[in-house]
Amino acid sequence: MQDLPLLKVVDLKAWFGKSQALKDINLQVREGTVMAIIGPSGCGKSTFIRCLNRLHEEVPEATSSGQVLLEGKDIHGHDVDPVAIRRKVGMVFQKPNPFPSLSVYENVAVGLKLAGVRNSSILDETVERSLSLAALWDEVKDKLHSPGTSLSGGQQQRLCIARALAVEPTVLLMDEPTSALDPISTAKIEELLAELKKTVTIVIVTHNMQQAARVSDQTAFFLLGELVEVGETSKVFTTPKDHRTERYITGRFG
Amino acid sequence: MERHFDHALGELREKLLTMGGLVEKAIELATHALQTRDLAKAGQVQEIEKKVNESHISVDDTCLKLLALQQPLAADLRLIVAVIKMNTDLERMGDQAVNIAHNTSRYLKGEPLKPLVDLPVMFNEVRFMVREALDSFVKRDEKLARDVLNRDDRVDSLKNKIFRDVIEHVKTRPECVEQGLNLILIARNLERLGDHATNIAEDVIFAITGEDVRHSARPEAIKHALS
Repeated sequence: MQDLPLLKVVDLKAWFGKSQALKDINLQVREGTVMAIIGPSGCGKSTFIRCLNRLHEEVPEATSSGQVLLEGKDIHGHDVDPVAIRRKVGMVFQKPNPFPSLSVYENVAVGLKLAGVRNSSILDETVERSLSLAALWDEVKDKLHSPGTSLSGGQQQRLCIARALAVEPTVLLMDEPTSALDPISTAKIEELLAELKKTVTIVIVTHNMQQAARVSDQTAFFLLGELVEVGETSKVFTTPKDHRTERYITGRFG
Repeated sequence: MERHFDHALGELREKLLTMGGLVEKAIELATHALQTRDLAKAGQVQEIEKKVNESHISVDDTCLKLLALQQPLAADLRLIVAVIKMNTDLERMGDQAVNIAHNTSRYLKGEPLKPLVDLPVMFNEVRFMVREALDSFVKRDEKLARDVLNRDDRVDSLKNKIFRDVIEHVKTRPECVEQGLNLILIARNLERLGDHATNIAEDVIFAITGEDVRHSARPEAIKHALS
């Protein structure tokens, strides 16, 4: 069972109108691992991860083809509810975006409440577990009812991670989750990833090579909408196979 | 796009090559001292070795700073790691040249044991290996580096032959044990120099290709062992 990929992408193509953003992407993500997606701006990294939870199709005129198999099942199947997919495949964005009118507690509980959970002991338990998983519980347990936006930037990002974890996703997508954070907050989130991958498989887009090297098991390099290379992170950063990967990670592009 | 980092790496290469040049000079002096029976040359080796030691510290310092400040990856990372290792080898080679010079001085103070036949051949072989190893680094030439690896077996057999010859001589002339020992030590240090040149060639291959060829059986070595 362990050898079966949790996430398998087959011949994925994506367009914005007539402009093709992704060309025949094929890759697999193993359960309990972190995959880093790297590449220059505009290479299709974000489009790629937004195809993994059907956010791409929310953009007007955006289309895609190919398959994204989550646990063997195509998430684009005609009987599949995109909202259910987004619950299984959570997302954390570049800038922390807690709901401004909600408290710390409500920010975390909101996903379950929307799903109809009303039992307060279940909600309490989930909020504590999710905040603990996001390594934030100790810092906010005495201010659960303060506004989420009253926290520091790094805490807000971990709050967003806790919010995503509350609905127990299978996969967590992270789009440059630390690019707006200071080094201490960044380090906390990087440490967190090593713990989190025990419970949720992670795909992270990052512009920071050292971050990709530190946190991921596998690294995929995208360029101009193509997947140039994917492999074990230790290999990609010491002996990349493709000269374009070599040039990019050593900062020779331009 | 030329990076600032390329400039820094260029300077690092230059430093290592200057050090390599000093080591070559030290070996050359040590070998000439024996061949021309020139004690003064043996004395000069020590002066050069001091400069090699200064380079040793300076190259390491540069590498440490580049690792910390540039956080290099891929070919850049492999190059710096290779330079750190080559630096250690070159420093040891400087020591070995000094050892050869010491043994030579002692040998020259006594009566010659025998006409030197194989030792000059071994000198040339080793100096060629060192030259080729450094050239392979300058030219980033994998083929040249692999050639160095193949030459090491010949140096090893020359050393063995010198050992056997000297032992035969000493068996019949026990009063010359000390002179024999000096020749054996010179051959031993030369063989070590060949080993360090081999290490450098292996590091060059790693820097260029990412392949780790250390401790791998080479076809030539196997052929040699079977012949």
